[in-house]
Amino acid sequence: MFVRGELEKIEQKVLRGKRLSREDGKFLFACNELTWLGALADYVRKKICGNLVYYNVNCHVNLTNICKSRCKFCAFGRDAQDRGSYAMTLDDAINLVEEASRDPHLSGLHIVSGLHPTWTFENYLAFVEVLHEKFPLLHIKGFTGVEIQHFSKISGLSVEEILIRLKAAGLEAIAGGGAEILTDRVRNLLCPKKATADEWLNVAKTAHKLGIKTNASMLYGHIETFAERVEHLIKLRDLQDETGGFQTFICFPFLPKNTALEKEIKQTSMWDDLRTMAISRLMLDNFKNIKAYWVMLTVPVAQVALSFGANDIDGTIHREKILHDAGATSPRALAEDEIIKIIREAGRTPAAVDCNFNIRRIIQ
Amino acid sequence: MNILDSAKEKISSGGRLNFDEIFALYQDNDLLYLAEAARRVKESKSGKKIFYTINRHINLTNVCSANCPLCAFQCRSGDNRAFTLELADLEKILLDAAQIKNLSEIHIVSSLHPTKDFNYYLDAVKLVKKILPNVGINAFTPVEIVNFAKISGKSFSGVLSELIQAGVTSLAGGGAEILSDRVREIICPKKATASEWLEVMRTAHKLGLKTNASIMYGHIETLEERIEHLLKLRDLQDETGGFVAMMLFPFHPENTELGRKFNLRRVGAWEDLKMLALARLVLDNFAHFKAFWVMLTLPIAQLALSFGADDLDGTIGEEKIIHAAGAKSSAGITRQKLEKIISECGYQPVERDSFYKEIF
Repeated sequence: MFVRGELEKIEQKVLRGKRLSREDGKFLFACNELTWLGALADYVRKKICGNLVYYNVNCHVNLTNICKSRCKFCAFGRDAQDRGSYAMTLDDAINLVEEASRDPHLSGLHIVSGLHPTWTFENYLAFVEVLHEKFPLLHIKGFTGVEIQHFSKISGLSVEEILIRLKAAGLEAIAGGGAEILTDRVRNLLCPKKATADEWLNVAKTAHKLGIKTNASMLYGHIETFAERVEHLIKLRDLQDETGGFQTFICFPFLPKNTALEKEIKQTSMWDDLRTMAISRLMLDNFKNIKAYWVMLTVPVAQVALSFGANDIDGTIHREKILHDAGATSPRALAEDEIIKIIREAGRTPAAVDCNFNIRRIIQ
Repeated sequence: MNILDSAKEKISSGGRLNFDEIFALYQDNDLLYLAEAARRVKESKSGKKIFYTINRHINLTNVCSANCPLCAFQCRSGDNRAFTLELADLEKILLDAAQIKNLSEIHIVSSLHPTKDFNYYLDAVKLVKKILPNVGINAFTPVEIVNFAKISGKSFSGVLSELIQAGVTSLAGGGAEILSDRVREIICPKKATASEWLEVMRTAHKLGLKTNASIMYGHIETLEERIEHLLKLRDLQDETGGFVAMMLFPFHPENTELGRKFNLRRVGAWEDLKMLALARLVLDNFAHFKAFWVMLTLPIAQLALSFGADDLDGTIGEEKIIHAAGAKSSAGITRQKLEKIISECGYQPVERDSFYKEIF
């Protein structure tokens, strides 16, 4: 297109389907050629996933916000005695899902929660069992690599055994959160009490071997360097080469409000969000899907992100809690017709999918 | 060669787009192609510079005799939202504004008050000029000028000459909406017609008064009407060269009769950025495009800098009109924040006065 020098070399690589190196990735983060990056990512998106944009009609179930990890970037976690702390009972969860089920298109649940200091693995498992039994048609995606690692630790079972039991209870896919930045330098500073980089990757790998698909993510815009973002993407790409078990990649811009980092760190700009989205699409050449998560990005940015490499806009959500505690200004839920409008305005075709990206309805 | 190819060919060779080509580019919906092309046009005109200004918006009144269905700002007298600044109120605001360091521009836009006469507005301008003699006065849209002519019995030229005499240094670009009488009949039947709006601009330009221009899209207009609108502006600019900057206003439907009646929703960021880039490509004779952050929100305004905009407008102070229609942006912003937003994109922030003269 309109670029020269190093950028032109990278452009040629992408157009010829060659893999970008670590150095290429770092170069892209330094280049500031936002619309060029977007156009290149859009080219790759068209080639890999065509014109459909995936969304799902889902409901988030956050079982508890009581958490013993208390990571610095989190505004959701609380101690048991803190104001606003809660822990759902099985009935609470059933009631929430029952209410969300009034939408006949509801197809799945997304269950992510704090690391409760006294709950056992069986406590968590019971939610999956009971929700699966009560709502057998809903696909259940749940728990991040961090939670799975935690279950292993508190139960003495291996990660593999945990995953087998969750799968038997009705779990169909693992959530992508908790990856943050997969370097120990960053994790030691921000979230020393939870799964390490290797542990997170090991959970994903083990799940993939058991035939359980997982998502992947990156939380950026806090204390990490651009080089660490690239490192993170390459670790995911390497594991995907090995297993092929990642379904979608989600970029999470860090929302500082109400977190321990609120005073030191400003929220990322849309410029950085779209740049990171495009570079992720370009680096992760073996991922089929890239998600523009509207809760964090805001709806307008998520829409524009559809031309920066994204082909997945997440879902209707029904009562988002975790990020709204961190000052997310987006609505807590989106109506399905709003999602359809956003996708159509971008000239694409909306397709409702379940948590394993099986297409349920294409909205022509 | 099909129409889209000829459009792209013209874009790469610097040719002028015709109606069919603009239509084809819009339908093609290749957002990042438009962005790249618009950004190149921007950089060919102003390089890496992005302009901003230290300004203050003043709305003299929201009591209005036009009551346009598109508007959430206006109200009738007696309404509990109604306000009208008397000269003493205005003086307080101006003395306050005089404290702003490097203030370059006062921007005055108001509704069409049913009983205030032309002298009220003239006196307001004179007061600004008296208190802030070195500040640009960007005031009144052509809709207001048409109203002044009506209530005073003077010609457009007469009204404009008196305003220039009083201290107005440029006209605001609002009130253009969509320059089609079909559309205006529905969205703003009681105010200036399309030809009156253009005639005021033509007259102002002939008197040496620079103006801005605008479009308000995303309501009941057709794509054809948007394109016609842009072409009308381009034609007049060919004739007079008096337009300084173009602004694109997405329609904010909240709290408006128009929004309720047609069940309108605000168009998305996609549409905003696409229209900006397309307008930049069509209006090849306009030097500047504003990303008006009040309407777009700051994140989208920042992004607009890579879709052809070269100006973030200003610090503003206290915006009322668009916030009445549910705008979520804050009502003012600091210079530091504007500069940071610009630098982050690899552009160079340049403080300007009312006429895009750089301030060092």
